[in-house]
Amino acid sequence: MSVKSIGDYSFTPKDKVENFHGNMLVYMQWEKHLSFCAPLAFPLPPDMPFGDLVAGVLAPAYAVHPDSENVDFEKGEWQLNNVPFTPDFSKSLQENGLSHKSVIRVRTPGLEGLAGADSAAG
Amino acid sequence: MTVHKRTKKMGIKERYASMTRDLGWETSYQPMDKVFPYDTYEGIKIHDWDAWVDPFRLTMDAYWKYQSEKERKLYAVIDSFAQNNGQLGITDARYLNAVKIFLTGVSPLEYAAHRGYAFTGRHFRGVGARIACQMQSVDELRHAQTQLHSMSHYNKFFSGMHSHKMMHDRVWYLSVPKSFFDDAMTAGPFEFLTAISFSFEYVLTNLLFVPFMSGAAHNGDMATVTFGFSAQSDEARHMTLGIEIIKFMLEQDEANVPIVQRWIDKWFWRGYRMLALVSMMMDYMLPKRVMSWKEAWEMYFEEAGAALFEDLGRYGIRMPKYHEVATWEKDHLSHQVWSTFYNYAGAAAFHTWMPNDNEKSWLKDKYPDSFEKHYEPRFDHFTAKKEAGERFFNGSLPMLCNTCQIPLIFTEPGDPTTTCYRESEYKDDKYHFCSDGCKDIFDYEPEKYIQSWMPVHQIYQGNCGGAELEDVLKWYQMDLGVDNGDYHDSEDFKMWTEWSENQKKAV
Repeated sequence: MSVKSIGDYSFTPKDKVENFHGNMLVYMQWEKHLSFCAPLAFPLPPDMPFGDLVAGVLAPAYAVHPDSENVDFEKGEWQLNNVPFTPDFSKSLQENGLSHKSVIRVRTPGLEGLAGADSAAG
Repeated sequence: MTVHKRTKKMGIKERYASMTRDLGWETSYQPMDKVFPYDTYEGIKIHDWDAWVDPFRLTMDAYWKYQSEKERKLYAVIDSFAQNNGQLGITDARYLNAVKIFLTGVSPLEYAAHRGYAFTGRHFRGVGARIACQMQSVDELRHAQTQLHSMSHYNKFFSGMHSHKMMHDRVWYLSVPKSFFDDAMTAGPFEFLTAISFSFEYVLTNLLFVPFMSGAAHNGDMATVTFGFSAQSDEARHMTLGIEIIKFMLEQDEANVPIVQRWIDKWFWRGYRMLALVSMMMDYMLPKRVMSWKEAWEMYFEEAGAALFEDLGRYGIRMPKYHEVATWEKDHLSHQVWSTFYNYAGAAAFHTWMPNDNEKSWLKDKYPDSFEKHYEPRFDHFTAKKEAGERFFNGSLPMLCNTCQIPLIFTEPGDPTTTCYRESEYKDDKYHFCSDGCKDIFDYEPEKYIQSWMPVHQIYQGNCGGAELEDVLKWYQMDLGVDNGDYHDSEDFKMWTEWSENQKKAV
């Protein structure tokens, strides 16, 4: 549906990728680790290797979580835009199919937050 | 000497008619449609504006008289509150963090409502509706002003209350209430009234006012309580306008029903999302609790709301869409929101803390199905870290919902361990949402919400004072290390502890 209005009603989106100084927005979440209340947002260069995103962005963001000591994200179960996918850690974000405002989710069976795997609450 | 014959005084009915309905006229130099261009384009059909009923029969002269009387009483109490160091009578300085949210999140909405009703009143061709809007517009301005004055006493002693207007415009979590009202004000006049007068003031108002006003009473905040009393009769009038406008639209034309239903669906959900802030206040921020969010939801929405919508059923109106999601969330909402502000206490203009043992027992008692299983492990972890001197702060910015602008903190209905993601694609760009309710709102009018001023995205675009968190917080006009952070590390806490000790010594 379109907006009912008294005149022409069309606008440029506020969050176009070109507004982010060469970066694109990527959202990330280590699933079940909900002591981090929400997925995280980062502006990242599209040519950044996926491995750097994991080692340089995702891992540091969650470093204070007690599960971090034991995690191997390479063995995680990944989703890109809510569809399962297998990232190539040596290839860039773009080559891995990420685009502006993509969502990356990783689940690590066995490491399911502070309350453990049963209730997976933390 | 001539004797003037005294003309007979007008009767109440006559007087009322001449002071209200007689103030309008059919324009002749310009067609009515040109003078009132906004009251038709939304598709609402009105055949007889005179069918509008004014339940209060209030005229402006009487209005001024009542209001000034209330004002005199209120300011007398505010003065004595200040002179008697009323701030010492509150239960605990933690309470004031709820006041800070009210000051920066709610009072500016009263001012926005003042503007919204002035605009809306101007654009109705029916005089009855126009006068009701005019009075509400003045009420809202008065509420904004008296709230600021009531709370200003605390600003002399406590942090985070020095720049409410700027904070409302800039601070990330305040974009939630701000964008809510901006959305309503940029709609047409009928949608505005459905949004604010009906969905908010009628359906959801008790969930806002009961916690704030009873919360204030329970916690010794006489300033806010007195303001609440002074606003009560106005609120009754506002609620009546809310139900009146809905019935008026529904009775005027059957074609109005689906339009009104869609607005009710939208504004129920938007209002409910905004009240997430209130839920955490009730369950976590009031040192002396009134009732739990869950109890309030059951009483004011599940019971009272169901009765209301049953009544509206005769017009063909049903319960708002996704009300069952909101009801499912009642066990989780406040815990998820409090955890969010605990995560981001470094970037908020109020303090957060973890519940103590007594408070945890209360939470377990009120939330037997959720607190112990899902939230206590998280909160115990936060407490342990704090005690070890490593207070947890989330150092990364969160992903926000493109409609309500709350971070994606809510979980899938039925599964409190999995974050709820919803997504839409519009003109080659992705948009993300916290819920089906927010996604539906976007999908219906995407062109409106692609303009959302999303705080996290604005920071990354470089529009918020700089690249570092510190720059952003300065741009928010926050006093770093004073307004933000953990309550137990705050100046508020230090000062309150000293006062309390002095009071004990004096006794």
